[in-house]
Amino acid sequence: MPALTVIEFNGKEHRIDAEVGKSAMQVVIDAMVPGIMADCGGACSCATCHCYVEAPWATRLPEPVPAEREMLECALDPQPNSRLSCQIRITPHTEGLVIRLPQSQV
Amino acid sequence: MSHHEVLLVVGAGHAGAELAIQAREHGWPGRIVLVGDEPALPYHRPPLSKGYLSGEATLDSVALKSRATYDKAGVELMLGRRVASIDRHAARVTFIDGQALHYATLALATGGRPRRLPAAAEGAEQADNFHYLRTLADVDRIRARLVHGSRLAIVGGGYIGLEVAAVATRMGLTVTVLEAADRVLARVTAPRVSSFYEQVHRQAGVDLRTGVQVDGFALDTARRLVTEVHCSDGERVRTDVVIAGIGLVPDTDLAAAAGLDVEDGILVDACSRTSDPAIFAAGDCTRYESPLYGRRIRLESVPNALEQARCAAATLCGKERRHDGVPWFWSDQYDLKMKMVGLSQGHDRLVLRGSIEERSFCAFYLQGSRVLAVDTVNRIPEFMLSKRLVAERLPVDPERLADDSVPLKNQIAA
Repeated sequence: MPALTVIEFNGKEHRIDAEVGKSAMQVVIDAMVPGIMADCGGACSCATCHCYVEAPWATRLPEPVPAEREMLECALDPQPNSRLSCQIRITPHTEGLVIRLPQSQV
Repeated sequence: MSHHEVLLVVGAGHAGAELAIQAREHGWPGRIVLVGDEPALPYHRPPLSKGYLSGEATLDSVALKSRATYDKAGVELMLGRRVASIDRHAARVTFIDGQALHYATLALATGGRPRRLPAAAEGAEQADNFHYLRTLADVDRIRARLVHGSRLAIVGGGYIGLEVAAVATRMGLTVTVLEAADRVLARVTAPRVSSFYEQVHRQAGVDLRTGVQVDGFALDTARRLVTEVHCSDGERVRTDVVIAGIGLVPDTDLAAAAGLDVEDGILVDACSRTSDPAIFAAGDCTRYESPLYGRRIRLESVPNALEQARCAAATLCGKERRHDGVPWFWSDQYDLKMKMVGLSQGHDRLVLRGSIEERSFCAFYLQGSRVLAVDTVNRIPEFMLSKRLVAERLPVDPERLADDSVPLKNQIAA
């Protein structure tokens, strides 16, 4: 299972063995790491699973689709490396992925 | 640990599951027991009429949380169990098998059940190819019948009916939608938006009929299958499968029988308290006092269920939290992402922004200069701004609102 590191806004780090096929959002929810609300359940409809992808992963992951890009414009404190974690798919190639969570989702 | 510390959550939908987990996050010290009458782990409901119906989503991907998450949170799952009654005096619920469980605090998240179609009462409801759509089990039965080339009759042109029509059409079924009102989505949206959706569905090949009452069904000789839907205008629609989606009835039976205040929904305050201080309620089964609209409202909405559950969880752990979120909803049909915020009742003016023809527009429901509600189609950034417009009651200039050349953002700042 590829490792995923989630860093809460307060700096607390969680290293999680992530299941291939799940989204990063599901993995974070399953691990009960606070900071992701995921209200729409991964339908790319609410921007409450916003995260920042750390280098070098920001450029390694598949590009966001237009719907995700539009949602991201509406997230709080969007940055160039912003993603919706529901749209990040865990694969064997995401080993070592690191995401940071924003201060707030709403 | 004594039963004085048991938090018992009845109903394992979005609200129940969130409430149980969040109560632990907020420091509930004792047992947390989550009771659901379905056998499956609590699951996301919106994909049922979309991705799960089409087969794109799997059982695993629709689960709200993994089993390990409940274990980690110390939430005991009692699935496939139905509560028969609540004895408030003894602080105890009894299951239909006679077993009883004491509680210190009880939370009701019983949701709702599909409104039943009167015309189906005489036999059609028991037919193998007649369905309502609310649960995973409903959709598993429906899926087996959604076969390329089959005929599907949908009774009801609300969100469920239209979402199913979109999925089934794409799967190659011949789809007829029968709506009793003179337009689809009549309860929730303006005529202009209704006609837009009617046009989209007709272009996709759906035989969409409005102003049509369903007054009966023909069954085969074995009375196992519906073969025709009979309409009040004399039309008979031959069909292989029927899905009725004509609304939701809040599940308030337990609460009402226990003597809680109920009025088309369990009445709760802004912190999700019922009329009994030991009992909370959240989600589709409740009616709450909305500070935003100044009246009691009942919402059939996932974001509402989650937010109410979070308020209940915080409050029952002694960290009182009021639910003052703005109602919002979404519906995905074909390539259209529709998102709605607010409630439009009482609006005196409708302002359109963008282009209906280009499938990218907003409809603002105004009362004077106040925005009561907004429907957006394929306009995500404006949806997010609209949430603020409605929630913060930001005044707008109706004339400028329609001007798509001035970004909505700038209009708010003005």
